[in-house]
Amino acid sequence: MSLEERLDDLEELIEEHILDELCEECSLNRERNELTLTVPRDQLLEVMTVLRRKAALGFDQCTDVCGVDYSAWKRSEWEVESASNTGFSRGAERDEPLRPAPESRFAVVYHLLSISNNWRLRVKTFLDDDFPAVDSVVGLWKSADWFEREAFDLFGILFKGHPDLRRILTDYGFVGHPFRKDFPLIGQVEMRYDEELGRVVYEPVSIEPRVNTPRVVRDDCRYNPDGIQPPAQEEAADG
Amino acid sequence: MAEIRNFTINFGPQHPAAHGVLRLVLEMDGEVIERADPHVGLLHRGTEKLAEAKPWNQSIGYMDRLDYVSMMCNEHGYVGAIEKLLGIEPPIRAQYIRVMFDEITRILNHLLWLGSHALDVGAMTVFLYCFREREDLMDCYEAVSGARMHATYYRPGGVYRDLPDQMTRYEKEHLGSEKELLYRNRARGGSLLDFIEDFTERFPKLVDEYETLLTDNRIWKQRLVGIGVVPPERARQLGFTGPMLRGSGIAWDLRKKQPYAVYDQVDFDIPVGTNGDCYDRYLVRIEEMRQSNRIIRQCVEWLRNNPGPVMIDDYKIAPPPRAKMKEEMEALIHHFKLFTEGYTTPEGEVYFAVEAPKGEFGCYIVSDGANKPYRLKIRAPGFAHLAAMDEMARGHMLADVVAIIGTMDIVFGEIDR
Repeated sequence: MSLEERLDDLEELIEEHILDELCEECSLNRERNELTLTVPRDQLLEVMTVLRRKAALGFDQCTDVCGVDYSAWKRSEWEVESASNTGFSRGAERDEPLRPAPESRFAVVYHLLSISNNWRLRVKTFLDDDFPAVDSVVGLWKSADWFEREAFDLFGILFKGHPDLRRILTDYGFVGHPFRKDFPLIGQVEMRYDEELGRVVYEPVSIEPRVNTPRVVRDDCRYNPDGIQPPAQEEAADG
Repeated sequence: MAEIRNFTINFGPQHPAAHGVLRLVLEMDGEVIERADPHVGLLHRGTEKLAEAKPWNQSIGYMDRLDYVSMMCNEHGYVGAIEKLLGIEPPIRAQYIRVMFDEITRILNHLLWLGSHALDVGAMTVFLYCFREREDLMDCYEAVSGARMHATYYRPGGVYRDLPDQMTRYEKEHLGSEKELLYRNRARGGSLLDFIEDFTERFPKLVDEYETLLTDNRIWKQRLVGIGVVPPERARQLGFTGPMLRGSGIAWDLRKKQPYAVYDQVDFDIPVGTNGDCYDRYLVRIEEMRQSNRIIRQCVEWLRNNPGPVMIDDYKIAPPPRAKMKEEMEALIHHFKLFTEGYTTPEGEVYFAVEAPKGEFGCYIVSDGANKPYRLKIRAPGFAHLAAMDEMARGHMLADVVAIIGTMDIVFGEIDR
């Protein structure tokens, strides 16, 4: 059976077992031959239990869990539209505040795999900024244990019911959640060995942040599904 | 009577058998392990965050440094994800080159694993034998990319350049005889493909050599048989992939089940274990080396007969040839834009997984349409395997921990990222 056919089957099964029976607010999306199921966070555990336990769906492996921070979504350091008159800046202004987050700042993304049926599913749930917490799925897949610890460590997302939610990748005593978009790439502290004190000391970073290549979001005509050509002046800016 | 209490032992992070920087906190009851708590992150470099601050192509080099013994497979995972996002397909010759180098990488990885695992368990000779063959394979890396390990050879849209017509040769050194030089250059007279073919002819006998040292060795069996047994049900539950899963008897291999590149065009078998112990995983990996050898032979054969482009012909993604740049304005502009700003991808998210030597290596990319990834998540196989340390080590003796770390084939570059 080809990948497309398998995904057709999976799509049908999910519509039947989850969208119709269990969770009306869920939505299913298929792009580039990948299925994404978006679930409201209070129903996540219910939906995941069905995905795990229902033999027809058979998601016996949780290959990945990760967090995403959407607070800098589409933020560009180069404004392409106005550049044809004024030219590009070096894009080094870093103090610009983050844009207001979309409705929900964080998302937790689960990648599930069914070995018996040979299909994959991405499950996504959005969390807001003030209290990013979601039910843990460790009870369903043991492999989620460390993945959830990682998401907690790097994004500060809490997993309710996780048996041992400690930091995993960062240093002992680390402050902050480094993969959030408001955490600078150069970090907050640097460390060195102090001869006088005879131990390692932490100090605020002394280096300046810099941008080597500005971030630019282009609505490139290549990817425009309607095939609309951009105005001529933009093309000049492109060159 | 004396008071009886449990010991807590700190294993690593600087321990020769810890395969890098693993700190294991072991709660012991006598010599039996009650609980194992791995502390990881000592090699955390924030690769994913760094990738968010760079144009797409500039992060390929970071992928080599994740799992630094299976470099090109990591590149394949990342580059494949970008290609899926862009909706492009590399030329068929590039795909064969990728498959060939993926398998060379698999042998490289398994040789290092075999050597260091045997060394940990107490067999010194295998280590020396394995590194002898690794040398030849790293020369292949060098011939195509100039680097022996961190190649950055795969690019979105193909590979950086075609295979060289002449294999690199040793030059006369100050010391050393003419005879020795001839011996070292014996297989290097022709092209890279000739060299690889010569290697594939020699290699099965060399695998036999490792096997004579280990497979029926009484000490080797005593140390591995029945150690770290993972039943198939637990292996799925724990998120195992690759040889760890196949050692438990589940015939799951992405190269067969969800083929990418040209794996559906080549002929090979998937070895599967029965008992799920360290010894079975050893046998699986040994057989995988033989199968990889088979795949490489088929690729060499195909590549000989089918010349062609190795990079797509789209100058928005791949740089134009040097000669064209000197003559055409358009090509010069493309080159400049590509190396300063990079290319932008369409908005969306993709997950692309390859069967790396250690298991499923996947890249999940979220893009907002910029010239850099918005979020890159690397799914490293070793991360899930090491998470099972507690379950696998519980009830075993302290000395078995070394065998279990060895059998997991962990490399901290990919676990800590």
